[in-house]
Amino acid sequence: MPRLLFEKTGRGVWISHLDLMRLFQRAFKRADLPLTHTQGFNPRASVSIALPLSVGVESACELLDFELDGQTVSCDEICNRLNNALVDGVKVLEVYETGRKIRDLSLLHCVVTLEYDSGVPAGAQSAIENLFSQESVIVPKKTKNGIQDQNIIPMIRRLSVVSVDPNTIELDALVCCQNPTLNPAQLALAVEMHLPDYKADFSKSRRVEIYDQNENVFR
Amino acid sequence: MTELLQRVLPTVQKPARYTGGEYNEIKKDLQDVRVRVAFCFPDTYEIGMSNVGMRILYGIMNEMDGVWCERVFAPWGDMEEAMRSNGLPLWALESNSPVKDFDMIAFTIGYEMSYTNILNMLNLSGVPLRSKDRQGLKNIVFAGGVCAFNPEPLADFIDFFSLGEGEEITVEIVSLYDKAKAEGWSKEAFLLEVSKIPGVYVPSFYEHIYNEDGTIRQIKAISGVPQVVTKRIVEDLDSAYYPTKMIVPSTEIVHDRANLEVFRGCIRGCRFCQAGFSCRPVRKKSADVLYRQAVETLTDSGHNEITLSSLSTSDYRELKELTDEMIPYCAQRRINLSVPSLRADNFSRELMQKLQTTRKSGLTFAPEAGTQRLRDVINKNLTEEEILTTCANAFSGGWNNVKLYFMLGLPTETDEDVLGIAELVYKVIQTWKECASNKKRGLRVHVATAYFVPKPHTPFQWEKQITPQEYLRRCHLLKDHFYSKSIEYNYHTSDISRLEAVTARGDRRLGAVLEVAANSGAKLDGWDEYFNYKLWLDAFEKCGIDPDFYTIRGYGEDEILPWDTIDVGVTKQFLLRERKRAYEEKITPDCRHGCSGCGANQLLKEVACDA
Repeated sequence: MPRLLFEKTGRGVWISHLDLMRLFQRAFKRADLPLTHTQGFNPRASVSIALPLSVGVESACELLDFELDGQTVSCDEICNRLNNALVDGVKVLEVYETGRKIRDLSLLHCVVTLEYDSGVPAGAQSAIENLFSQESVIVPKKTKNGIQDQNIIPMIRRLSVVSVDPNTIELDALVCCQNPTLNPAQLALAVEMHLPDYKADFSKSRRVEIYDQNENVFR
Repeated sequence: MTELLQRVLPTVQKPARYTGGEYNEIKKDLQDVRVRVAFCFPDTYEIGMSNVGMRILYGIMNEMDGVWCERVFAPWGDMEEAMRSNGLPLWALESNSPVKDFDMIAFTIGYEMSYTNILNMLNLSGVPLRSKDRQGLKNIVFAGGVCAFNPEPLADFIDFFSLGEGEEITVEIVSLYDKAKAEGWSKEAFLLEVSKIPGVYVPSFYEHIYNEDGTIRQIKAISGVPQVVTKRIVEDLDSAYYPTKMIVPSTEIVHDRANLEVFRGCIRGCRFCQAGFSCRPVRKKSADVLYRQAVETLTDSGHNEITLSSLSTSDYRELKELTDEMIPYCAQRRINLSVPSLRADNFSRELMQKLQTTRKSGLTFAPEAGTQRLRDVINKNLTEEEILTTCANAFSGGWNNVKLYFMLGLPTETDEDVLGIAELVYKVIQTWKECASNKKRGLRVHVATAYFVPKPHTPFQWEKQITPQEYLRRCHLLKDHFYSKSIEYNYHTSDISRLEAVTARGDRRLGAVLEVAANSGAKLDGWDEYFNYKLWLDAFEKCGIDPDFYTIRGYGEDEILPWDTIDVGVTKQFLLRERKRAYEEKITPDCRHGCSGCGANQLLKEVACDA
């Protein structure tokens, strides 16, 4: 099945996962690239997105699998036509014939931005570094069965704290993104819960790149 | 997008409705823009983006040189709270500029219960509510839409109203503003000049004088403006502007599909229906033009559904030609063709079979009344036989879901008429028992009753609304006569319909009530989550206004009506004649079986009425 790599930036980050699926289906139609559909009572277009992205999160590494209905169009052509049919903030970066099995996707390079309106408090950077060098950091996670406490440390492969400007620091991290999954927002939550003095006024995250278990870029 | 908005968005539900950036959104360079129009829809994005009128006018204004029209919608409660606590003023989606930076602020108003949203949106914009408190040309507030046919409750807030279809008049209005701004006119000079555009009603030029009993003694036109303003229409729909490059929302909206209007006006003359009279005369679009526009719209938007809309699509003369072309086009491309508002006639039954795709949606009928006598009173030309024949066909074809809509409180209604609804429903169930091809799946009959609201510009515009207690008594009477488990009965709450009756036929004095209600938090009244009846009752009390005056009192035939300054084309004599026929239980045949002389054809200069 062909796959495309796309980014979600700017105003595009506010489009939810379900809306994005619909948006792509329409974009394929506008681009005159008919998709195959599932059989049955409620036919569905063959588009699927690898790791659903939370609303508000920017990403440079989203994957979407699709299948065209009886057309042979080159990958470059698909990429161009789709980009003409897409909206501000959703852009296809690359289209390729086949991709690796999604189950091999395992790690995510993400950046969590912490913004402090009256300047980054003194000592924040080292305190946060210390927090994440512990063996266990418990953060509550919302699941279907209610809220469960979870130790997030085993799911963090690497993490560094970077000072960006006097008001901003970033957590640059490589985390598990499948079985188990760590939502990068949990990193900001960990700071908020365990270091209340260094709670940011605003936090957001972005996806930078995805990898397999051996840290090879995943496509 | 501002930093502040970026921070607010993650905290609210469905943020995509506040960000703009959709496919086909129109952006312009401010350096080339002389007139900025904030086009406000007084409800949420999901509702407003489903409105075809707004899409047409958005396209038209943006085709004008030097004009940039942007969209504004009412925020949901969580966003409003965030805006108020962060001091974030209401903004337009395209540029994110605050509404108060715009030259013109336009509202399209289709529903009386959105009046408080208008005030709330002005308030969130930091724009003074009352027209007299806004000085200068900046922030001229104008409004159109069906509610403008009785503009009086909003007269204190809206600088002027644009009556009828907006394709032409909007261009004239905005062009005049462009000139006024370039030449530095005062607001007063502009209002006087704009009042000379046919179809523009400037309420401040009309003085309402009342009798002791609260009725209107006189409406005095001042500054030489016409005593009556006639609505505008587009004569030739084939050549009228129609946007085939429509904005495609990035988030789901209520009507998430392409929409083609096949004709305007209605030949039916159901006596309770405001649109049926106020949208006359009948003008059609040719099937060729519609097919071309359908293809253009679908190709450009990528939608997988298209609706053929009108007040009564079966009455479109070229429906066969159009659907014969559309059905194969849509089938090939997995596009769902939906044709609502079909009548229960033979052709429609055949068409339904042809349209039938994998999914069987329900059948919906709106008999409105339970007995033939009462259906004759309201001139709803739908017979029991038509309903049952269509049901029989559908049930044998595998349908097992029927919706039936009625009104309670119609003029001359008795308990016998109310129980007639139950009888009709039983006949539908009986028909299913006789005809159903598959009884295992059971039958669902959804019955809904609404509380009759008399509307201006209809033959029932003088009628009394029954009291809420009486309405509820009739609902319960009906409920007690539904024994079958197949029936699901819902009735509208009385509170909203009572307020709707007040605002629909209200006069200028209601402005105070709207202001008090909005200031005390009334908003999104069309939504159960927010509707608060008590806020309204308190506002009436505080302003010394009795809602019953507008509802259960009824209006005298000799009385000056608040909307007498507005001419929608049908004459008062015709409405009175129709009212009389209603009480005589006489139907008036549809316009194709003979012109009933409503007067609306007088609006046409170039073409004849297509009824």
